[in-house]
Amino acid sequence: MKQFFAFVKKEFYHIWRDKQTLLILFGMPIAQIMIFGFALTNEVKNAKIAVLDPSKDISSTALIQRIEASRYFDILKNLQTQAEIEDAFKEGKIKLAIIFPQQFREDLLHSNTTTIQFIADASDPNIATTLTSYANAIVQDYQQEMDGLNKLPYTIQMDVRMLYNPQLKGAYNFVPGVMAMILLLVCTLMTSIAIVREKERGTMEILLASPLKPILVILAKAVPYLTLSMINIASILLLSVFVLELPIEGSLPLLVGESILFTITSLSLGLLISSVTASQQVAMMISLVGMFLPTLMFSGFMFPIENMPIPLQVISNAVPAKWYFYIVKAVMIKGLGISAIWKETLILSGMTIFLLALSIKKYKIRLA
Amino acid sequence: MKTLRFLLEKEFRQIFRDPAILRMMFIMPVIQLVILPQAANYEVKNVKLSVVDHDHSTYSVQLVNKIKSSGYFLLTGYTGSFEEALKQVEIDQADIVLEIPADFEKNIVRENKASLFMAVNAINGTKANIGSSYLNTIIRDYNQELRTKWIQIPKFNNEPRIQTTSSNWFNVYMNYQKFMVPGILVILLTMVGSFLTASNIVREKEIGTIEQINVTPIRKVHFILGKLIPFWVMGQIVLTIGLLIGRVVYGIIPTGNIGLIYLFSSVYLLTVLGLGLLLSAYAQTQQQAMLIAFFLMMIFILMGGLYTSIDSMPGWAQTVTRFNPVSYFIDVMRMVVLKGSRLKDILPHLGIIAIFAIVLNSWAVFAYKKRS
Repeated sequence: MKQFFAFVKKEFYHIWRDKQTLLILFGMPIAQIMIFGFALTNEVKNAKIAVLDPSKDISSTALIQRIEASRYFDILKNLQTQAEIEDAFKEGKIKLAIIFPQQFREDLLHSNTTTIQFIADASDPNIATTLTSYANAIVQDYQQEMDGLNKLPYTIQMDVRMLYNPQLKGAYNFVPGVMAMILLLVCTLMTSIAIVREKERGTMEILLASPLKPILVILAKAVPYLTLSMINIASILLLSVFVLELPIEGSLPLLVGESILFTITSLSLGLLISSVTASQQVAMMISLVGMFLPTLMFSGFMFPIENMPIPLQVISNAVPAKWYFYIVKAVMIKGLGISAIWKETLILSGMTIFLLALSIKKYKIRLA
Repeated sequence: MKTLRFLLEKEFRQIFRDPAILRMMFIMPVIQLVILPQAANYEVKNVKLSVVDHDHSTYSVQLVNKIKSSGYFLLTGYTGSFEEALKQVEIDQADIVLEIPADFEKNIVRENKASLFMAVNAINGTKANIGSSYLNTIIRDYNQELRTKWIQIPKFNNEPRIQTTSSNWFNVYMNYQKFMVPGILVILLTMVGSFLTASNIVREKEIGTIEQINVTPIRKVHFILGKLIPFWVMGQIVLTIGLLIGRVVYGIIPTGNIGLIYLFSSVYLLTVLGLGLLLSAYAQTQQQAMLIAFFLMMIFILMGGLYTSIDSMPGWAQTVTRFNPVSYFIDVMRMVVLKGSRLKDILPHLGIIAIFAIVLNSWAVFAYKKRS
C-alpha cells in the first residue's frame, strides 16, 4: 500500500509541475459552464425576418408593428418586390418572410377575408416550424382584438403549469448536459493521454519493471485525476447554484456521489483506451473525435432520445453520459432520492466494472 | 521550393506510416456521418401523456380519444390520482399530465365553461413548449366541435377573417437530415483538422525531433507550410468523402455550385489548421494542446448555430460567435447546399474566414521559435 501511495505521489508531482495544464484543467470547466449556461437556449427569439407589404394601410401597419414589438422577431428588411424575397433568403440573413396582399384592409373589409403568406427558411426545420407558429399566434391575437373579444359559449379553459422550470430557462437542461460532457471527455482524455505518453517516451518500461503490481501502477495514474475532477465537480456545482441560479433540489451528497461514480466510469474508459493504443495521437483521436459527437447526441440533452430510430435508441444505452444526465436531472432539478435512480446508478456501476475489467484484461505488461 | 518538397515528403511519409491514425482520420468521420444525423430530430412526437380523469364522462372520454388519435401523444397513464401521474413525470414516464376535473361535462353544459389543468415537465424547454401547444390545439379543436354540436354556426362567415398560409422553402419536406448532415460534416472536418495539427508540432517537441529540424537551415515559413499542406489535402479528402456519403446515404445533392463549397473549404481549412498550429507552437505537451483544442472545439461546436439558434443568444454571446469559424462554414454549407446561394452571397463569409486564416497562420509562423 505504501508503494502505491508513493506512485500516486509521483503522479501528483507530474501534474503539479505542469502549472499551465493545471490552469487549463481547472479554468476550462468554469469558463464553459459560464458561457453555455448563459448563451445556450432552445428558445427561438430575435429571429431576423423580412416583410413585404405592398398595401401599407392602417391594418397592415398595425399588424407589422405588433410583430416588430414581439421578442421573437426582428424586422431586418422591408422588401419592395416579390423578386427580392429569394435574394434575401439566399444572402442567408432572414429566417422568415411575411407577405401581405396588395390590398390588405380593403380585402378584409369588403370581402371579409384576406390572406397573409409566411415563407420560412426550412433549411432549419425546427426554427421554421417554431417561427411560423409564433407568427400565426400574433395574427390570431390581432384577429381576436379586432373581433372585440366576444365571449363564446361552451369554452374549455386551459390552465397550464410548467413543472420544475417555470421560466423555461435553457440552463436547466444545458447545465446537466454540459456537466456530463466535460467530466466524461476531460477525464477520458487526461488519463488516456497520461498513460500513453509514458508508453511513447519509454518510461512505462521502468514503471512496469518496478515491484509494484502493473495494475496498481495504472490505477495510481487514475487517482490524481479523480481528485482533480472532484475539484471540478465542486466548482461546476458552485457556479450553477450561485451564478446560474439553478436549484439543487435533491440531496447534495447523493449528487456528488453520483458525480464521482461517473468520473470513475470516465477514468476507466480512459484506461481502456490507453491500453489499446500506442500513441498519444491515436488516444486523443478516439477520446475526442470519436466520443465528442456521440456523447453530445446520445446523452439526450440535445435531441430527445425517444425520437430516434429504435437501433439508435439501443445504442444510446451504451453511452455513459446518458445515464449520468438522467441522474443529474433527477437529483438536482426534480429533487428525487436514490429510490428513483438506483437503476441508473446500477447501470453506471456495471459499466465501470466492465470497463475496468476489460482494460485490465487488455492490458499488456510487456511492451513491444 | 526544394526544401518544401522534401519537408512535404517527410510529412506525408509520417502520416502514411501510421495506419492507426490514417484509419481514424477517415473511418471515424464516415461512421459518425452515417449514424449521427439519424439521431438528430427535434420534431416532437410521441409526447408521453398521463391523463388524470376525475370525471369519467362521455366528454372526457371523447377528449382523451381525440388526443390519442392525433398521433403526437402516447398515453402512458390513465389514472384517478394526480399524485400518481406526478410520480410518472418524476421517473420520465410522462412528459405532460392532463387533469380533467370532476364535473367537467356538467360544467360545460350547465355553466358554459369548464377548465382543464395541464402540468408540463419543463426541464427541456423546447419539448415543454411544443408539447403543450400541440395539446392546446387539440383541445381547442375539440372545443370547436362541441360548440358546433350545440349551436348552429352560420355557414357564411360575416366576421372579417385573416387567413394565413405558410410555405417552407429550401427544404419542403422539413427533412431534418438535410439540415444536420452538412453541419455534422463541418464539425467532423474541423475536429479532425485542428486536433491533428495541434498535436503535430508538439509531438515533435516531445519526442525531441524538432531539435533536428531547428538546426537545419529550413525557414520557419517552410516548416509551417510543410505541416499545413498535408493536413489540408487530408481535410479536402475527408470533405469529399463526407459529401459523397451525404449524396449516397441521404440523397443530399447540393442545390448550389459544389465548387463554392470547395472554394470555401480550402480557405476554411487554412484557418482551422492555422489554429491547430498556433496551439502547438505554444503548448509544451500534447496533453496541453489537446485540452485547449477540446476547450475551443466545444465552444465552436455548441455555439456554431447547428444545435441552438445564434439569433436567440444574448448579445455578448453573439459577439463571441462572430469569432467562431465553425459558424461561418455551417452557414455557408447550408446556404450553398440547401438554398443554392451564389458566390456573391457567400463572399462576406469568405472574406472573414480569409482574414482569420491570414492572422492565425502568420501568428503561428511568428510564434514558432527555432530556439527552445
